[in-house]
Amino acid sequence: MLQGNGTWIFENKPVIISSAAVGGPFEANGNIANDFDILHEDLWFGQESYEKAHKVLFEEAFQIAIEKAGVTKEQIQFTLAGDLINQITPSSFAARTIGTPYLGLFGACSTSMEGLALGAFITNYGGAKYLLTGAASHNAAVEKQFRYPTEYGGQKPPTAQWTVTGAGAVVLSSKGEGPYVTSATIGKVIDMGLSDPFNMGGAMAPAAVDTIVSHLSDRQIEPAYYDLIVTGDLGRIGREVSIDLLKQQGLDIVESRYLDCGLLIYRDDQPVLAGASGAGCSASVVYGHLLNRMKKGEFKRILVVATGALLSPLSFQQKETIPCIAHAVSIEYGGA
Amino acid sequence: MANNNKKTLKQSQQEYQSIQKKHETKRPVLKNCLKAFLVGGIICTIGQAVQLFYIYNFNFTEQTAGNPTVATMIFFAMLLTGFGVYDRIGQFAGAGSAVPVTGFGNAVISACIEHRSEGFVLGVGSNMFKLAGSVVLFGTFSAFVVALIKTILLKWGGF
Repeated sequence: MLQGNGTWIFENKPVIISSAAVGGPFEANGNIANDFDILHEDLWFGQESYEKAHKVLFEEAFQIAIEKAGVTKEQIQFTLAGDLINQITPSSFAARTIGTPYLGLFGACSTSMEGLALGAFITNYGGAKYLLTGAASHNAAVEKQFRYPTEYGGQKPPTAQWTVTGAGAVVLSSKGEGPYVTSATIGKVIDMGLSDPFNMGGAMAPAAVDTIVSHLSDRQIEPAYYDLIVTGDLGRIGREVSIDLLKQQGLDIVESRYLDCGLLIYRDDQPVLAGASGAGCSASVVYGHLLNRMKKGEFKRILVVATGALLSPLSFQQKETIPCIAHAVSIEYGGA
Repeated sequence: MANNNKKTLKQSQQEYQSIQKKHETKRPVLKNCLKAFLVGGIICTIGQAVQLFYIYNFNFTEQTAGNPTVATMIFFAMLLTGFGVYDRIGQFAGAGSAVPVTGFGNAVISACIEHRSEGFVLGVGSNMFKLAGSVVLFGTFSAFVVALIKTILLKWGGF
């Protein structure tokens, strides 16, 4: 049901019956390594190209999520997935392996929540009994496309972020046990005129703030309604900027309950500059780490605001500014 | 970058950018310069040692020792790039490891390694100068311009 301007309320509470997170070697050294189902020691994943490794990463996340859900591939009605590679081939190739009807998504690093919002909407209205959704990114494959070759010795500024090698997937169902999706807010494309691709956090912060503000006003709730508001991959700079902006809007944001996936995934001493980014960042942190913490009872209600920078290497070279987007999805478990 | 087109920005965008600027971590320029000076200096010292090695052990003069020296330095850069070390030096040293000929080598070799998966013709062959191509083009062009100026001055300047 639509509430306010752009928020869906899911009365039938689609359930996340299973979730999976797969990561690479850098993630294995990170802060939340225990929350991954599989961690690979090698970036190549035994494949001959990084793009193939990216596909395998995605396939594994899907397969584990399906297995954990206790269903077969044939029972899944739809797969909604996306990533950052040209023409989202890793998603489509992984969907070829899974073999379900498939919708490819692109929302850059906000794809995880775009998929969860759409998936919950479809499931809520009886469009699917079981639905698979996820997002992934592979550090070397994404860097190859958006930046320089992996081994190129260019110096990155302190505002740059590290692309996560990770995939996260969930199976949604109209009934079952687990955390459930209660609402979703679809974001607008916001462009504040920033054009530095090495400062994504700064470019994406206004989109995150806009979506949080619309979500709260559509649902007529205060930030304190949520035990945790977590952004996708704003990184250190984007997070600080967004706190400033939220306070300017008169919202009472408690900093200890306003986290960023891009700052949760790695340890402080890993050389990631301003934090992590990538479509797999919010996907693997939320579907691994945060859902696990919810199941332990640490949070009852969380709002995930996945942020995405909708640029391409071409648009940046042609001196275009960076349009950004953020989608918010609220997940609840247990309690009231 | 954003300053150039400030005029075309809306007021809300300008306001936002000034908030954003406050939080943006600045590049530590002085520290970076020192690191670049140090690492660049070390690379050049090694290069000098290699050149002297060629002059004293083989039949090279100071003029002719340049070519084998450059080739050796690029070979080192190739090994370091292949072993995944050069990009780490690059993050530390910035221009210090990018400006010497080893940086040029790294730019070519990293692109070759990266595009190996697309095969030798479409991958390695067409991408190897992806980064270094502009260095070759504009390097040659500026050499041409400098030579032109020198010729004009010598021929007609009466020096």
